[in-house]
Amino acid sequence: MARSLKKGPYVHPSLLRKIERLNAANEKRIIKTWSRASTVVPEMIGHTIAVHDGKRHIPILITENMVGHRLGEFAPTRHFRTHGHHTERSTALR
Amino acid sequence: MARIAGVDLPRDKKLEIALTYIYGVGRTTSKQILQQAGVNPDTRVRDMTEDEVSRLREIIERNYRVEGDLRRIVQGHIQRLIDIGCYRGIRHRRGLPVRGQRTRTNARTRKGPRRTVGVRRKK
Repeated sequence: MARSLKKGPYVHPSLLRKIERLNAANEKRIIKTWSRASTVVPEMIGHTIAVHDGKRHIPILITENMVGHRLGEFAPTRHFRTHGHHTERSTALR
Repeated sequence: MARIAGVDLPRDKKLEIALTYIYGVGRTTSKQILQQAGVNPDTRVRDMTEDEVSRLREIIERNYRVEGDLRRIVQGHIQRLIDIGCYRGIRHRRGLPVRGQRTRTNARTRKGPRRTVGVRRKK
């Protein structure tokens, strides 16, 4: 279900604060964040935000088209590592 | 032979159904169109007068996005998802289900015919 319009988009307060500080100073620096649930808002356009995927921060350059999506959508938490290769490591125990 | 919005010509069907052969027109839209045109939904396609055909054609062309145009718009939305590299875009790229369905079994519509992947042994 969509979020109520009354509340506006959810952005983690401290993330928003950091973005605004960078915008005010006209700076671009990579911001690390764990807040995958934050919505991409227009203020973020042009910044690079490093979104946590559970292990490391994946840098994402925010473009106009991304507005309205959540940050987590751009940093997949699962990485598929192909089936069926018997490597030395996987066969060593037999 | 009624030709509306390009290449569509069902024949012995009632109009309400016949119009749904156009991509982008379902039962609801079909009813709306017929009401706007003031054509009886129960007439068969072959029994339509020329005048009725052109009225339908006009209404559809003016007010509805159908066939090629609509396909292009939908394709554009998908392309956007792919370009921004979000989760849904990746699923489209991979040809896997986009809306969180299981892929352990089923998902054949997206994945296509089964391809068995065996284990390759190293000599």
